[in-house]
Amino acid sequence: MRRLTKGTGRSVQTMIQAARGRSLWDDARTRLLRNKAAVTGMTVLAALAVAAILGPLVAPFAHDEISKAEVWLPPLTDGHLLGTDALGRDLFSRLLMGLRVSLAIGLVATAVSLAIGVAWGATAGFVGGRTDETMMRVVDVLYSLPFIFFVILLMVTFGSNLILMFLAIGAVEWLTMSRIVRGQTLSLKQKEFVEAARASGLSDGQIVARHIIPNLLGPVVVYVTLTIPAVILAESFLSFLGLGVQPPMSSLGGLIADGAQQMELAWWLLVFPSAAMILMLLSFNFIGDGLRDAIDPKDR
Amino acid sequence: MLRFIGRRLLVAVPTLFLVVTLAFFMMRAAPGGPFDMDRKLAPAIEQNVLARYGMNRPLGEQYLSYLAGVARGDLGPSLKYKDKSVLDILKENAPISLKLGGLAISLAVVLGVSLGVLAAAWQNRPGDHVVMAVAVLGVCIPTFVTAPLLVLAFASKLGWLPSGGWNDGAWRNLVLPVVVLALPQIAVISRLTRAGMIEVLRSNYIRTARAKGLPEHSVILRHALRAAILPLVGYLGPACAGLLTGSLIVERIFNLPGLGRFFVISALQRDYTVVMGMVIVYAVLIVLLNLLGDLIYAALDPRVRLS
Repeated sequence: MRRLTKGTGRSVQTMIQAARGRSLWDDARTRLLRNKAAVTGMTVLAALAVAAILGPLVAPFAHDEISKAEVWLPPLTDGHLLGTDALGRDLFSRLLMGLRVSLAIGLVATAVSLAIGVAWGATAGFVGGRTDETMMRVVDVLYSLPFIFFVILLMVTFGSNLILMFLAIGAVEWLTMSRIVRGQTLSLKQKEFVEAARASGLSDGQIVARHIIPNLLGPVVVYVTLTIPAVILAESFLSFLGLGVQPPMSSLGGLIADGAQQMELAWWLLVFPSAAMILMLLSFNFIGDGLRDAIDPKDR
Repeated sequence: MLRFIGRRLLVAVPTLFLVVTLAFFMMRAAPGGPFDMDRKLAPAIEQNVLARYGMNRPLGEQYLSYLAGVARGDLGPSLKYKDKSVLDILKENAPISLKLGGLAISLAVVLGVSLGVLAAAWQNRPGDHVVMAVAVLGVCIPTFVTAPLLVLAFASKLGWLPSGGWNDGAWRNLVLPVVVLALPQIAVISRLTRAGMIEVLRSNYIRTARAKGLPEHSVILRHALRAAILPLVGYLGPACAGLLTGSLIVERIFNLPGLGRFFVISALQRDYTVVMGMVIVYAVLIVLLNLLGDLIYAALDPRVRLS
């Protein structure tokens, strides 16, 4: 503001136009790309994603190809880059498959939680009043459920079913999302620029589309990057207990569980899947932190 | 204060009711039952067994009588362990989980706060970066990765510690499980402490303390720390919930006879009453810990009013 009032040489109009050249998102992108940890995270994650998508097509062995003659080969023997497991299956191929399954679960379950959470939170926040109170009370009650136990019960009850797992994990993760979205909507509704928009004659729909949603996007994007790894962890947790994805398919958690049982005989079965898992989670974490710093400039 | 506690406990009633109801019907919807054996029971015997546990009645009636039992504090008999009630089983296993969890949370608070204070005192110097890098790793690496890796290193390769078993709670058996449980919490607590500390160190009363010429350790430990660890108290509830989840994995990997291990086994064996009992215990624990966290928070921070 101070610069605007001092703008004597150029007209205030041109200064406003010059300022408009960089949107909130341009700024955020610049800040994100300047953050080394976040850029490293994005690079590693992109590499992992490409490996997960293309890997199973180019892997030298099928992930479920059993070979009795090649049990527990150490890494770098007979063309098995990362060695083989107790059934002679190629660990590298299984790892690519596991990566693909874990990432897919992360994305789908997060999408489920995103859809439920945003719809629930935005409705509560925008409608307000008694509706808001009831909807948030439901979230409070659900929050205090020991959810992981219910997911375990669900898996025991209905068998390990991929779709059900997506739904179950997604249904757990939407609670925080709905709280964030509601809080944002509530505070945005009272902001001066919304009032200004209303004063200049915009309808409710236009306000939601032009002002509420774009401003909601920031925190939601940040939370999504944190939800994906949380979901991947939850699935791996179930797989570790033997309740997740069933063989011959495997997720990273399943591979780690297998590896943990055979680690005395074949350390590589534990070490490589664990490394892949850690690498992936770290990348998501760095991206999430970077995004938060980039999108919310006041919070640094 | 008392009114606040009373209100919070009242709000917990619908939550617990929902927990019991959901768990009851999910368990009953599971295929198979507690009396399925390799060899099928003769129909007459099966009828007798079902009648013995009241399971020949309609499901709704069983549900109501279970609810009535819970309200009286009776969780019923175990269906798999003859002559043992669910309460007996809980009494046997809960102390083990509590000991593990208690040690883990104590270790996490002591180490986490110390590391966080050190990192804040060294802000933006190498020591700070090392602590925060370790904290990021601690947050990211899940329990089921650290546990087998530590067993591989310290039990299999070095042979310093046993790889599992309870052994009446001997300290050598406790080290690895407690460390594994505490690691993620140490990471979170040190980050929270560091953030709180850095914020407090900027405030006016700290500048006053320094202006009076107090030595830096006294400024940090006697003046800043108390305000800096406030956000931590609010985190204790979620931390304990995290420990409960972690105990499912840790008790399985280290073969410890605690609640977490029993839960998964009982669910797979369809021991309805034991599973229900454990779900209820966990739910009550979470509600109480959250309440306790709020109360401590209010006691420490005069700006917070309970209402």
